[in-house]
Amino acid sequence: MTTEVKNLKGNAATRSKVQQQVVNSLQKRHRQEKLFRGAGVAAVSISILLVVLLFVNIFSKGLPAFWQHAIKLDIYFDPAVVKIAEKPVQQAGESDNEFRQRDLEWRSAVGMINFNRLIVDGLQKVIPDANEHRRDLQRIVTSGERFAIRDLVIKDPSIIGSTQSLFLLTDANIDVWLKGNIDRSLGDAQQQLSPKVREWVESLKAQGVIQNRFSFALFMNPDSRSSLASAGLAGAFMGSLYMMLVVIVLAIPMGVAAAIYLEEFAPKNKLTDLVEVNINNLAAVPSIVFGLLGASIFIGWFNLPMSAPVVGGLVLTLMTLPTVIIATRSTLKAIPPSIRQAALGLGASKSQAVFHHVLPLAIPGILTGSIIGVAQALGESAPLLLIGMKSFVASIPSSAMEQSTALPVQIYLWQGNELRNFFEARTSAAIIVLLALMLSLNSLAIWLRKRYEVRW
Amino acid sequence: MSESTVLNDAAKVKMTARDVKVFYGTNQAIHGIDMDIMENEVIAFIGPSGCGKSTFLRCLNRMNDTIDICRVTGQIALDGQDIYHPSLDVVQLRAQVGMVFQKPNPFPKSIYDNIAYGPKLHGLASKKSDLDDVVESSLRRAGLWEEVKDRLNQPGTGLSGGQQQRLCIARTIAVSPEVILMDEPCSALDPIATSIIEELIAELKQNFTIVIVTHNMQQAARVSDRTAFFHLGNLIELGVTNDVFTNPTQKRTEDYITGRYG
Repeated sequence: MTTEVKNLKGNAATRSKVQQQVVNSLQKRHRQEKLFRGAGVAAVSISILLVVLLFVNIFSKGLPAFWQHAIKLDIYFDPAVVKIAEKPVQQAGESDNEFRQRDLEWRSAVGMINFNRLIVDGLQKVIPDANEHRRDLQRIVTSGERFAIRDLVIKDPSIIGSTQSLFLLTDANIDVWLKGNIDRSLGDAQQQLSPKVREWVESLKAQGVIQNRFSFALFMNPDSRSSLASAGLAGAFMGSLYMMLVVIVLAIPMGVAAAIYLEEFAPKNKLTDLVEVNINNLAAVPSIVFGLLGASIFIGWFNLPMSAPVVGGLVLTLMTLPTVIIATRSTLKAIPPSIRQAALGLGASKSQAVFHHVLPLAIPGILTGSIIGVAQALGESAPLLLIGMKSFVASIPSSAMEQSTALPVQIYLWQGNELRNFFEARTSAAIIVLLALMLSLNSLAIWLRKRYEVRW
Repeated sequence: MSESTVLNDAAKVKMTARDVKVFYGTNQAIHGIDMDIMENEVIAFIGPSGCGKSTFLRCLNRMNDTIDICRVTGQIALDGQDIYHPSLDVVQLRAQVGMVFQKPNPFPKSIYDNIAYGPKLHGLASKKSDLDDVVESSLRRAGLWEEVKDRLNQPGTGLSGGQQQRLCIARTIAVSPEVILMDEPCSALDPIATSIIEELIAELKQNFTIVIVTHNMQQAARVSDRTAFFHLGNLIELGVTNDVFTNPTQKRTEDYITGRYG
């Protein structure tokens, strides 16, 4: 080997000169290659580091919010306080409307009762010097819990007269304080809690009366501003769910059908070229523009309700359509033409060739593209701000026409809440829920692709 | 193309082409071809790349329809019926004139489904047992039955290249066409698979009219009854295979066969 090289170099002066040039350029090339690889490795490392940082940050902040402090109280449903008539039952011959009217009257009567009394009574049992500090006593249990107690009575009035052991969420400030998110060296004025309350909760925590428990409130409750500790994601989650249903029902069939027509059947002429260019451009339109369009068309012309998931779903459908169409078309393009020819050669019509052979092969790609599109729509917030879905909604929507917000918008709303050290964790928890949803959607896409993949 | 055009007087003309011209956009690929294809003969199209032999072949079952810019003029008839007539259903034509492609292209389905697709499409078998019979007889005629009878439910794409091509032939004859067009059916196969396909062609000749495009002149000499030589979109010579190869009437044919160009 070495002798050969020597001979090669030694043979002619010109050749050795050429070889020398090659060797020189080779060194340069190797250097460039190393540099390029180094840059690539550095880029990947930096991105991994940033992703890890993001996740560590979100999880370290958000995970504690899945647990919340609650106080265990023996609530005596005192018949002297809870004075209500019998729960109405629909009688024979009574129309639905009449019954509903009676039921409503009964419920509002129940709503007038001072359930806070029951909580205060329960607190007095665990706090010996409660009577001297009535004002402070009101600050321990978050205000939303009196409605939880009311709902227990409405559900089953027979508990009146009994004593129930219940876990009630503590006030948001107590939760923050017990989690150590308030600097305890600060002066009294900056502690959010009065010295008496601090003393109480410390001792109750030590006794095990106040416990840090998994917070179902985060998942079961709608947003709340009067009772911050009970603010939950359920409203936003349902809003997002309805929107995704609208997107899946509209965007995927429409997008796939449009792509099949454009790719397989449409004649190639100026008009279809124009359509194609427009679809590609639509995919690049900033999403907030779709929000403007939704506000003026769906709300302005069609008079659909503001803040409703149906409008949000329609807007997100428009935004998702180009993604679905482009993904489907590129999948169809990738199906080898030999399959179409084989089918046509056997006497299949064009649509038979497409639906019997091309489409089944394209299903994995179409599903992947569609689910990625839906996941994009799920994480979108800008267009929703313009159609009123950033309003504060304190109820869980029971249909797509009711006012609601969406998960990404809820994150935005919580991020701006004044009680920072409570909602910082809540925000991160909401982000974790959203990420988990996205992750499950993407896993579904991967699973479907594997499931329907045909080996060649 | 005088006396040698017709094999013998008893042979019946299956397909006729009169003044066929093909254009791709403004580019003319074929400059007026006249040809008669006889029943139960094997006719080979030879010629250098780009001579229009495949294009002409694809006119015979209108596969060119799928290319938007392709335009065909002149007349092609099957059993005296114009195949470009507006009233003719192209689906029916392709059931009569089947096609085998250059690269084996089985559907990514089971061997059984590959064969059964055509008969199902055209409603040739109503019962499962009828379909089973069609699948078996087609595979037998393609000489593939013994090799695959135990794995009919396995994917057709899992077979070897030669087996795949025989599967494609079996798939074509399952529809019982009258004419089979073969577009360089052996160009992707090894010599052994090629010789199996060539033997198969010789057998199929008894029931079908076969038109085969090939780059391999020995193959044309071995399998065909008549040979047509194409050059630059023209039919230069058409005659009994033996005559074309041993005693070509045209200078260009001779040059091509002796390897002076192509």
